[in-house]
Amino acid sequence: MNASTRIYLYRRYERFWHWSQAVLVIFMLVTGFEIHGVYKNFGFQRAVEYHTLTAWALLTLWAFTIFWQFTTGEWRQYIPTLHRVFAMVRYYAYGIFVNAPHPFHKTASKKHNPLQRLAYVTLLAMVSPLIWGSGFFYLFYSYWRELGLEGTVPLAWVALAHTAGAFMMLTFFIVHVYLTTTGHTPLAHIKTMLTGWEDVEDEVPVKEA
Amino acid sequence: MSQKKLLLAASLLAAVLAWSTAWSALPAANPASPPALPASAKPPGKSTVDHGKLKELQKKFTSGPEVTKACLSCHTEAAKQVQHTKHWTWEYTDAKTGQKLGKKNIINNYCTTTISNEKDCMACHAGYGWKDASFDFAAEDNVDCLICHDSTATYRKLPGDAGHPVYERREFPAGSGKFVEAVDLQKVAQSVALPSRANCGSCHFYGAGGDGTKHGDLDSALKKPGKYLDVHMDAKGLNFTCSTCHATAGHQVSGSRYQMAAALTGPAHTRGKPDASPAACQSCHGDKPHKESILDAERLNTHSNKLACQTCHIPEYARDSIGTESSWDWSTATTMGADGKPVFVKDSAGRRAFDSKKGNFAWDSYVVPEYRWFNGHVSYKTKGDRIDPSQIVEINHPDGEAGQADARIWPFKIHRGKQAYDSENNYLLVVHTAGEDDTALWRNFDWQKAIATGMQTAGLPYSGKFGFVSTEMSWPITHMVAPKTDALGCAQCHSENGRLQGISGIYLPGRDHSHLLDGLGWLVVVLSLLGVLIHGSTRIYLHFKHRG
Repeated sequence: MNASTRIYLYRRYERFWHWSQAVLVIFMLVTGFEIHGVYKNFGFQRAVEYHTLTAWALLTLWAFTIFWQFTTGEWRQYIPTLHRVFAMVRYYAYGIFVNAPHPFHKTASKKHNPLQRLAYVTLLAMVSPLIWGSGFFYLFYSYWRELGLEGTVPLAWVALAHTAGAFMMLTFFIVHVYLTTTGHTPLAHIKTMLTGWEDVEDEVPVKEA
Repeated sequence: MSQKKLLLAASLLAAVLAWSTAWSALPAANPASPPALPASAKPPGKSTVDHGKLKELQKKFTSGPEVTKACLSCHTEAAKQVQHTKHWTWEYTDAKTGQKLGKKNIINNYCTTTISNEKDCMACHAGYGWKDASFDFAAEDNVDCLICHDSTATYRKLPGDAGHPVYERREFPAGSGKFVEAVDLQKVAQSVALPSRANCGSCHFYGAGGDGTKHGDLDSALKKPGKYLDVHMDAKGLNFTCSTCHATAGHQVSGSRYQMAAALTGPAHTRGKPDASPAACQSCHGDKPHKESILDAERLNTHSNKLACQTCHIPEYARDSIGTESSWDWSTATTMGADGKPVFVKDSAGRRAFDSKKGNFAWDSYVVPEYRWFNGHVSYKTKGDRIDPSQIVEINHPDGEAGQADARIWPFKIHRGKQAYDSENNYLLVVHTAGEDDTALWRNFDWQKAIATGMQTAGLPYSGKFGFVSTEMSWPITHMVAPKTDALGCAQCHSENGRLQGISGIYLPGRDHSHLLDGLGWLVVVLSLLGVLIHGSTRIYLHFKHRG
């Protein structure tokens, strides 16, 4: 095994953002599916209250995070690219099983592999607007009449869009959690996300095309 | 050190002592307690007249109309006012359809109709002598002041007297061994007062011939209810009378089942403003009354766009052991006991279960209402209206549907039953039930004779053939408002098979789903879960294989 070096990938705010967002999103899923009638846990009223409070907490967190992304320039990490996407697909479909070298090497300026970038940008550009758009309609249902929205959108559409978004989030969550185990040890990615430091193996770099 | 502890303990003890003495000394030192009045100085009542002192009432009255004449000698316009109310005419003209409604005209599915049965029914008429169509509605002396203004609880009117009070002591019901005393009209006249709950209740609690029978949200428990039964009438609390909400001017009582304000909007009404619907909850509470929690207030207030206040705040009606009648099946009436004589059977709670005169009854207490969209207008099938006997006949139908600005989801008591209809002409029958003549059903137990007399009185043809048809009546529930802690919780409706399962036209979170979307969503979730499990276990398997 080659000697490894450590690079600082995730700064303190970024880690705080990630983990608090994780907690909030999981709680949104738990309360949301209860409101949807999938199971009983908090009771409908409490579930609605928690869901609403968590939504506002998440929005606040995002307000800070958007500010952070732009002032640090970190938003560039999310610009999608198709470059070497297929190498990643091939790796997850085959290479990972035969201990093939990881086709992507993280650096502080490129933290996310191309597949990750695609996934995050889909989340940002599709799932988030669906959930938050419908969520806002839902949240401000009390004011539809005053806002002149009554009769423009049936509540059923709003609810269905919101539900569809929730299923997408749940699917993302499952795959995302699984992919944390694909580091050089099963817990390596989690550790990095907690400490900020990533062990980078000094292998012979794969020749960039 | 120990000295310090001792000091601390001593000062603590002193503090406790000082505290308790301060409290025990408080009542004696309270300067707010009023000086004791001499026993003779009774505080004045609210009325400016002591009717016991009026010379017009210092006489022996022998009849109701005689008392009324005395009342009118001062209250010159009172009778004219009463004669313009439904309490007098028993008639209501539907402004929308022109249909003549009111007790004088409709056929319900309890006792069915007043037509040809006036001598019994008019025990609850605010008048004297309405025994048939010849009744003089213009005669002022025929107005009964005392039924509403008696404060002695001794004024009784019994079936059979066409609205006259009991003039001579008599056994009632006949053969029961119970006697009703003759009313002391002079005493009653001298102690008149504003109507109490018991006054209104003497008729409205006993509709359809027994305590709680008809409405379900009105029964004699409301004479002196606790907070649990009615948060407004709570005798030890707010102690509302009926007219606190049913604000009355010139004898015109506000708030009628025939013309309901089903969807009042806007803030609470202020004094002095003209108020079209003072009996509605919103007239005091406004349509956005919830303030408690910032998290829930707006959301609850929005519910008033879709729900009547009553829907959440009257979680059950007939919340007492009196209960209310849920069905009346006339088809078993005239069935006699084994000895060929009429029988009367009570249920385990002592309420009528079977009566040879009337058929079978079912009762219920603590009843969960049924819910309907309602815009305040009710469509009736009255005498002569065609019915479809192959279906359950809705005698009255609450109009309104989802999406209408003036419709809300309302709680209803649904009274179900079977009653006589003309099986050739397909309309409900007017049956002569009460009376001393030999065609009255309750006397001679002969349907044909009773129907013939009833229909003749009603002026409708009878084919000679009758059957029994299933009917339903909807009674909006609006009384017996529970304390707010007893109001419905969200999940009572926001769940599958909840209270509003049958309400269509709205998306109800927690109840409604798209099966397609849910199916698809869970499929994707399960597939992705399976995918990562297979991927992961393959990795683990290969990892150990390579090592081994």
